[in-house]
Parts: sequence; structure tokens; C-alpha cells
Amino acid sequence: MMVALALIALATIAYFTARSRSVALAGGDASTLHSRPVYHGFYAFFWVLLPALAIWLVASRIADWYISSSLSERFSAVIESLSGPQAGAFINDAMTLASGGRIGFPDDDKIAAGEFVAGLQSAAFWLVAALVIGVALAGFFYAYSRIEPRKRTRQAVERVVRYALIACSVVAVLTTIGIVFSLIFESVRFFGRVSVFDFLFGYHWSPQSAFEGAGASTADDNSRVFGAIPLFAGTLLITFIAMCVAAPIGLMAAIYLSDYASAGFRKIAKPVLEILAGVPTVVYGFFAALTVAPAIRGWGEVIGLTVSSESALAAGLVMGIMIIPFVSSLSDDVINAVPQSLRDGSAGLGATKSETIRKVVLPAALPGIVSALLLAVSRAIGETMIVVMAAGLAANLTINPLEAVTTVTVQIVTLLVGDQEFDSAKTLAAFALGLVLFIITLALNVVALRVVQKYKEQYD
Amino acid sequence: MNATTTQQTTPATTTIPSDPPVKMECRDLSVFYAEKQALNGVDLDIREKQVTALIGPSGCGKSTFLRCLNRMNDTVDIARVEGKVLLDGRDIYDPDVDVVELRADVGMVFQKPNPFPKSIYENVAYGPRIHGLARGKDEMDAIVEKSLKRAGLWKEVSDRLAEPGTGLSGGQQQRLCIARAIAVSPAVILMDEPCSALDPIATAIVEELIDELRQRYTIVIVTHSMQQAARVSQETAFFHLGNIVETGITDDIFTNPKDPRTESYISGRIG
Ligand SMILES: Nc1ncnc2c1ncn2[C@@H]1O[C@H](COP(=O)(O)OP(=O)(O)OP(=O)(O)O)[C@@H](O)[C@H]1O
Ligand SMILES: [Mg+2]
Repeated sequence: MMVALALIALATIAYFTARSRSVALAGGDASTLHSRPVYHGFYAFFWVLLPALAIWLVASRIADWYISSSLSERFSAVIESLSGPQAGAFINDAMTLASGGRIGFPDDDKIAAGEFVAGLQSAAFWLVAALVIGVALAGFFYAYSRIEPRKRTRQAVERVVRYALIACSVVAVLTTIGIVFSLIFESVRFFGRVSVFDFLFGYHWSPQSAFEGAGASTADDNSRVFGAIPLFAGTLLITFIAMCVAAPIGLMAAIYLSDYASAGFRKIAKPVLEILAGVPTVVYGFFAALTVAPAIRGWGEVIGLTVSSESALAAGLVMGIMIIPFVSSLSDDVINAVPQSLRDGSAGLGATKSETIRKVVLPAALPGIVSALLLAVSRAIGETMIVVMAAGLAANLTINPLEAVTTVTVQIVTLLVGDQEFDSAKTLAAFALGLVLFIITLALNVVALRVVQKYKEQYD
Repeated sequence: MNATTTQQTTPATTTIPSDPPVKMECRDLSVFYAEKQALNGVDLDIREKQVTALIGPSGCGKSTFLRCLNRMNDTVDIARVEGKVLLDGRDIYDPDVDVVELRADVGMVFQKPNPFPKSIYENVAYGPRIHGLARGKDEMDAIVEKSLKRAGLWKEVSDRLAEPGTGLSGGQQQRLCIARAIAVSPAVILMDEPCSALDPIATAIVEELIDELRQRYTIVIVTHSMQQAARVSQETAFFHLGNIVETGITDDIFTNPKDPRTESYISGRIG
């Protein structure tokens, strides 16, 4: 911490000295410099900061490695007397003691080991700190000595900025790829225990009754309880109900906003709709579980239907309300992109406003609207909170919207919540479900974006 | 024939018999966009089966005037129209006039070709469908063919009617838009700078077409090209700052303008 502060202070000092130095070198007239003084400042700043940071990373790694290896060497007798997990615990406890923490079962060996580690660590700290500050100072003097009026400092600084930006985007891309690969990797492990076919086409889902352990019989049993069809059916049912609500209402709202509403109303209504999109889904979840589901149940009783207290209908309705603003704001953009000249042309032929919209505007906007709907579908499929709260956990294979169903996302949550061994078939099943879900929404998004792109070319 | 000017208050009935009858009359026509007045009470007679050219510097209200003739200004929220526009003696701003029928009678072709993103056939059939002009497919086919023929496009597109109208060249698209307007058999066709997005060859074709269309339709055309006004029109109205400064026989206006503003515009001094 101290080292970091010192580094930043040093870099800042370097920035200001280098800046004034460059001006002084130019004889007070900054315009004769090739690069503006700011660039000289940043040049020094980077020379102080970057090599020192790199050294810090490497050196502290080496120090850590050295400490743990000398710990196991020094206390090899103790460690060898302990069994596998306990040996690991010994080293952990030593580290904890060294940093001033408390441990479960202290004994003399552990305390001695902790003191040993603490000594090494403080020595390593000073060594690393000295090294880092030294490198920083060296960078500072190097940069300072290289300040010349004609030097192309601007290019050097721009290059550093470019690499920094590249590094950030690489991080973003790599983490995404990493996540996808871990999904695939864990799914492959799952499919090693349960066959892909049984998983994708089985119609019985009760992972709670899965057996753990090895052997052909458990594999057979597991295959029977990991049938994902009910989950996908539940997801489809709820998504379908949600789209039945969101597609017409969202679309009509978009048409009203883009072609009928006055400018003033539009100015107010659009942000309001977008605020609706910002409501956390858990709030919709409350709404679904506490208001909508009981209401539906009440109505059902009035007309003599049995409605379970958690129903696909409640979850679907509320999810539909949730994606209305999503649909309407995307379609509004698409409808607005249809050129006014087409509307004029239609009106000039004597078409009324609604005829113009039905026969010219909507057909022209159709590809965009379809892609908006596809994006909404993928949003609905991935939604978790509302369904957890309102649709229930029962993996029923049904198309009756009044019964409780469950969805893929809900099951992922229940599989992973609570104490689970990381490599049980249950946990791994969550990854497999996640992978299938990912593939579905990815496909939907790709198709939607494709359609939008094709549509964009039309009017340019 | 005698020239009509803004000062003339006597209606066309007093003109000599060889004059074509007046199709549309505008009396004291003013247009406001919110508070801003864009037309200051103009009068103009548009004669049947003639081409009337509207010329004048940019922003002087030509498009505004043209859009009054089929109430396209109704689609602009902030626009307000005052005064009278008579079509065959009937005020088109009368409350009981049906805008849909009016626009079937007074068609419009826009500056930029704006075919619908539909097939060529559907583009032309659009108007007749809305107005229910055809009973059955055969009649519709006949209307489409006739309209495309009159717009001089039939030969070029007869074998590709199912292809999208947006795939045609600019000049072809503009003639498609003319065919689209013709298909609802209007009496008057309004054209707002119909050639400004076209190259010289396409322009020449459209100009020829306009000259031919004059046999059946009354045409009002806005143009920035003096040559075009001179080539295609029989009458010309010169607009300036929301007023009609001078109207009359095209040849008279171009050879012998009465108002100094007209003269300097025609000779290129006001732009
Ligand atoms: N929709 C509108 N809203 C507000 N003002 C408008 C609108 N349309 C036109 N105007 C104003 O009315 C005046 C006349 O415009 P108009 O389009 O009729 O000119 P024009 O003669 O057609 O010009 P151009 O030759 O450039 O097409 C202009 O000052 C213009 O700014
Ligand atoms: Mg104009």
C-alpha cells in the first residue's frame, strides 16, 4: 500500500518536473518543442510507473514462492508427519498467523512456522519495496535525461496509450472466451456421466435424487433424473406468455410514440418507458409473487378453475410487462428509421395514417421489428428472478399455464445454491444447462443482429 | 392569351374562349408554420391540361404552396392554412371534403424518388388498392400496365414486375412514382422538383414524359431550373418571399418579365 502511494507520488512528481524541464529546454517557448510539454510529462510518468509496476509484480511473486518453499523446507519434518489435507492446512495456518490472523487449533509448530513466515515476509517486503522504488527512480532519471526539444515524445506516449487500450479490450474478450470455455469444459465433464441424449431428450427432471459415486448402475440411474425437457418446456411456456403480452403492447406503444404522439408527449413518454426498463427484476418478482399470482388464483377460483399459487401465467404476465419497454423502445427506433418520404408518398396517394402504417411503415420496418422481438425473446429466456419467485420449482411437463412450472435458469440457481460439491453430477448439470441456454440465446442474438444489419443497408 | 398577375382580381371567366378552363383556383392563400408566415395570401389560377411551373429562390414557399393543393400540409402538425383553394369550383378546405378522395384527385410526385420497399407491381397497385379501384386481379393488372405505359416505364420493367421498386435506377424510380400517382387516375398531378435527384438523361426522359402527360392531366411543377420551366411549362408563377410576384404565359415571363425581381431572378441575379 505504502509502496503504491510512493510510486504514484513519484510518478506525479516526474510528470511535473519533466513538463517544466521540457519548457526550460525550449527556452521558455513551448511552441518550439516537437511535442507539447504535457507529452514530456506523461513520458516521464509512464517511465516511472510502468517498469516499476512490472518489477513489483514479478518480484512479489518470486518472494511468495521463496517464502512458501523455504517454509516447507524448514518444517519438512512436521509436514511429512501430517496427512495430505492437514499438511495444506498447516501451511495455510502458518500464513494466517504471520499476517496476524487467528486460527482454529494453534500449536507450537504452527506458531513457530508463523513467526518464521512473518520474518521472511517483512524482509521480503523491504527488499521488494526498495527494488520497486529503485526502478522507479531509475526510470525517472532515464526519462528526465532523454528530454530534448526535438524528441518525438508524442508518438511514444500515444503508443503507450494504444497498448493500454489494447490490453483492456483483450481482457474483455479473454474473460468472455474464458467463461465460455469453462462452460464447455464443465459440460463435457457432465456429459461424461449423463449422456447428451438423455439430458436433452429426457422428460424427467429430479436432480435431488441423483446418486453419487462411480459405476455403471449410477450412470444409468442418473440418466433418468437429468432429463431437461420439462425445463425447456417451462422456459418456452413462460417466454411464450411473456411475448404474447409484450409483443402487441410494445409494438402498439412504439407505433403510437413514433407516428401519433405529439412531440411533447413523446419527450415525456419515452424516458418513462425507459425507466420501466431500469426497474430491478427482483422488484417485478415481488410484484409477480405477491400481487399477480394471488390475483390470478382468485379469478381462477371465481370461474371455477384450480390455479396453483405459483403459476406459469403469473410469471409470464409479469415478465411480459418487464420486456414491454424493451420491445417498444427498440421498435420505436426501427419505425422511426423508416424515411418520412415513404410516409409522405403514401399519404400523397390518399392513404390514411393507419393504412400508411399498416401497408408501408410496418412492412418496411418488419425485419427490424422481428429482430427486436428476437432480442426480447432471448431476454425473456435468460430472465431468472421473476420465475424463481413466481413460477415455482416443480419440473412439471405441462402446457397448462395455470400450473407451476420451472425454467432452465431457475434450476441452475437451485442446483448451485447451498452446499454442493463442485464436481457432483448435480453441480455439473448446472453448467450443461447454462451451456444450452447460452447457445440458444447466442443463436437468437446472432439471427437478430443479422436481420438488423440487412435491414440497415436498405435505406442507405 | 393574356397573362394573369397577382393584381388581377377578375376570375378566369373573363378570359378569351380559347383559354383552357381553370382547374384550380387559389384565393388569398396563407400558410403559417407555428408563428412564422410562409405564404402571404397568394392568388393563382391553374389551368386544365396545362403545365404550370412554380419558380423562385429557395425558401420562398413553392413547396409550401404546392402542398396546399392536396392538403399535404395537414400532415405537418404546426402548419395552419388560411384562404381558399377551389378544385373545379369546390373548396378543398371545406370541412366535409374527404382528404382521401381529394388526394386521389390531386396526386403528388416528390423531389426524391420514394418508391415503397415493395415490388414494382405493388408500388403501382398501392393507390388503386386503397381506393378500391379494381375488382379482381385482371382489372388491377390492367391498371398497373396502363399506368406504367403512361409513365413510359412499361417497356423497361414489364418482365420484372415482381422485383423490388427500390432496385430501379433513380430516373426509373421517379417514373415509377409518377406511374404510382397516375394509377389512381388523378385530374391534377403535383411535382416538387421531380428531376433534382436525376442525371441529365433521366431528366430529359422525365421532361418528355411531363409534356406527354399534359394531354390527360393538369400538372403543377416546382423547379429550380429555368430551362426546365421554359421547356415543359405553358404558364409560370414566380414566387418571392412568400408572395407571387408575377404569373403568366411561360414564354412571356421568360422573354418579357414585368417585375424587376422576376427579371433579375431569371437572369440569375437573385438566387
Ligand atoms: N415543416 C416546416 N416547419 C417549419 N417551417 C417550415 C416547414 N416547411 C417549410 N418551412 C418554412 O417555410 C418557408 C418556405 O419553405 P418551402 O419549403 O415552401 O420553400 P421552397 O420554396 O420550397 O424552397 P426550396 O426551393 O429550397 O425547396 C421556409 O422559410 C421554411 O423554412
Ligand atoms: Mg421546396
